[in-house]
Amino acid sequence: MGMKLLLEKAHVEGIRHFEAYRREGGYRSVEKALKEMSPEAIVEEVKKSGLRGRGGAGFPAGMKWSFIAKPEGVPRHLVCNADESEPGTFKDRYLMEFLPHLLLEGLIVSSYALGSHATYIYIRGEYAWIATILETAIAEAKANGMLGNNILGSGFDCEIYVHRGAGAYICGEETALIESLEGKRGNPRIKPPFPAIQGVWMRPTVVNNVETLAAVVPIINMGGEEYAKIGVGKSTGTKLISACGNINKPGVYEIDMTISVEEFIYSDEYCGGIANGKRLKACIPGGSSVPILPANLLLKTAKGETRFMNYESLSDGGFASGSMMGSGGFIVLDEDQCIVKNTYTLARFYRHESCGQCSPCREGTGWMEKILWRLENGEGKETDIDLLWDIQRRIEGNTICPLGDAAAWPVAAAIRHFRDEFEWHVREPQEAKRRNYGLAHYADPIHVPVAG
Amino acid sequence: MSEQPLLTVTIDNITVQVPAGTSILQAARKIGGDVAPPAMCVYSKLEGSGGKCRTCLVEVSKGSEKDPRPMPKLVASCRTNVMDGMEVKNITSPRVTDARAGVVEFLLINHPLDCPICDQAGECHLQDLSYEHGKEGTRYEFQRRTFKQHDLGPYIQLHMTRCILCYRCVYTADQLTNKREHGILDRGDHSEIATLIEKSLENNFIGNVIDVCPVGALTDKTFRFKNRVWFLKPENAHRECPDCCGKVTLWNRGDEVFRVTARKDEWGEVESLADGSTAWICNTCRFEKKKSSDWVIEGPRKISRHSVISQGHYEGKVGTTVPTEIFSAVHGGRNPKLLMDIHSVSEVNRPEIQLSQIAGPSTGNDFTTGKD
Repeated sequence: MGMKLLLEKAHVEGIRHFEAYRREGGYRSVEKALKEMSPEAIVEEVKKSGLRGRGGAGFPAGMKWSFIAKPEGVPRHLVCNADESEPGTFKDRYLMEFLPHLLLEGLIVSSYALGSHATYIYIRGEYAWIATILETAIAEAKANGMLGNNILGSGFDCEIYVHRGAGAYICGEETALIESLEGKRGNPRIKPPFPAIQGVWMRPTVVNNVETLAAVVPIINMGGEEYAKIGVGKSTGTKLISACGNINKPGVYEIDMTISVEEFIYSDEYCGGIANGKRLKACIPGGSSVPILPANLLLKTAKGETRFMNYESLSDGGFASGSMMGSGGFIVLDEDQCIVKNTYTLARFYRHESCGQCSPCREGTGWMEKILWRLENGEGKETDIDLLWDIQRRIEGNTICPLGDAAAWPVAAAIRHFRDEFEWHVREPQEAKRRNYGLAHYADPIHVPVAG
Repeated sequence: MSEQPLLTVTIDNITVQVPAGTSILQAARKIGGDVAPPAMCVYSKLEGSGGKCRTCLVEVSKGSEKDPRPMPKLVASCRTNVMDGMEVKNITSPRVTDARAGVVEFLLINHPLDCPICDQAGECHLQDLSYEHGKEGTRYEFQRRTFKQHDLGPYIQLHMTRCILCYRCVYTADQLTNKREHGILDRGDHSEIATLIEKSLENNFIGNVIDVCPVGALTDKTFRFKNRVWFLKPENAHRECPDCCGKVTLWNRGDEVFRVTARKDEWGEVESLADGSTAWICNTCRFEKKKSSDWVIEGPRKISRHSVISQGHYEGKVGTTVPTEIFSAVHGGRNPKLLMDIHSVSEVNRPEIQLSQIAGPSTGNDFTTGKD
């Protein structure tokens, strides 16, 4: 049984409301932090814990906090990024829906650590009901003296506001989120300056993912060093994984990053195996923008070692034979799924969500989508595959924000690992159209060449 | 003001000293020639512009004297400031030329390429860019995108299909007019310049969006289809204008004034005045004053000899300024080896005649005079 730090109390009756949450030991970290600890000590604890940003990039949260500029007389802000729109990722939704007070608790402690008196939760517009849940929770916390002026007599004032987005994936990028929060068009800013120097209204700002901020609560409760003992290597603590696709038990799971990918997919505690007795063909282990991996590379690294569910192991081998932890959106594809169709769907998503600010992403995503549509519908040519490769190569790394990379990586990985399926779509267009699924042989155990 | 220490930056093996806060692009423009990266979206007179088109990507092979690590990604030179001891590779980096070719291709896949009927042809930055960095063919085999037509009023003609979404006109309206009425609607490859509700743009300074537009997306309606720019003769002129500086360029044919624009410098940006402000002009000067008698003519305007517009003009001593040759400097002092100097074996090409010294179009007489 894996260790649960965040979701332990998720199924307690009435945990969504303050009373039950407090009865179950909630808001202990707020008491501890505000009464016993200095803001610097909290930042130090988070640093010691080795907590990595749960939004996708995996940047150490404590380090991010220590970058925040502290000019005299300028307010600082903490913004919670709840604009969870990555296809396949729905962990924050679960957390906010069932444990809104856990997020608030983390927000209060983090706001205290960063000196933010006005803290914002930027929530995606589609999560309309969750925004209401959060607002109710904020009202309850305020009524019980956990928010507002002079929290618990410590002299620290903090307000939390919920800001609804208008349905744009790009607003999950931190500078686009800041622009949107300011009421502007959600275009990513050009960095530098980084938000830690000039963020919301040109004030120093820290933007963190929901899960990152919620994880601050156990860190304060148990201490950074204890927290760092959970997990393995630089992947400390627990991680929420939202598993979906062709598995028996889709859902949100909390893992402590020591289990193997194979165990995660096949054990009854987690995904419960591939649905309908099919075989595993491929998997996107960290949300739609990370590279897809075929079954053989997913369960074992190119070196032949077992692949584990943590930051290092999933990215072992780089993009040539690895992937990324990303935001934890674990999408499993069985042998009947067509990779070309899957890639087309993702390309369509990124084309739709590109902000249109910089040219490689604006034009390239649309072009890739059209070519993939053509391949999928049996009108493709052999040269299209190389053309796709060329387009993604010229988008990646040349854009303002990571959306360009996120659009390029799935296409690159699909061609890298499933090239013959693309070729099959070109050579057997009628067959490809009729069957609507690709080649199944990726599910077969193939000998993986040892790198190096 | 105290003297600021100058930073040393090396771009393509050419070292230049610039004050702190200068972007790589500005430093490269100081060197000039091919070292200056092309830029479609940045406009030094507009605050906040730049970083969007990605044509000015360069490779930073050495971050600075203090931190010599190279930057992992190509950076947008227009929005990256120089550091002391920075080393930048522009045309000497294959990565940059490859990425730039990609950006040009991206910019062109949805561009209608209707230059033959476009008023901007001849002074279009995208034309120059694709001429210098583009390929002759396209790999794009789909329909180019189209938009619903928007009418922006009696002065400004919008061709959304030509737009490259540089945002310059948005910044112009933000910074020159008190209330911006147009902007970018929608998102991704369907974003477009428009007013939300059909509205005409009538602010007195909104005409400047025509001058800042790098392509033919925003053109002068009063000049529409009247003439090609290279048939016109640009002349500097001024008038007493209550609203603006009144310093303009007239585009004449004979006595007729076809259009009035602001004065643009060699990078296609509106010039700065002596007091440091930018010579934006008002709509009255631009659209209403179309008679020679309205203006005090100062004289012909210098146009870059590379521009098609200069083809029809031979005023002054053409060609007396020889462009700076940067070839050997960029190659670290190495000159390409000439296989054979044709002049060493034949004088048939009359090497003693300097072509650039011939005033006006050359005739057969230029080559026969002085010959036996």
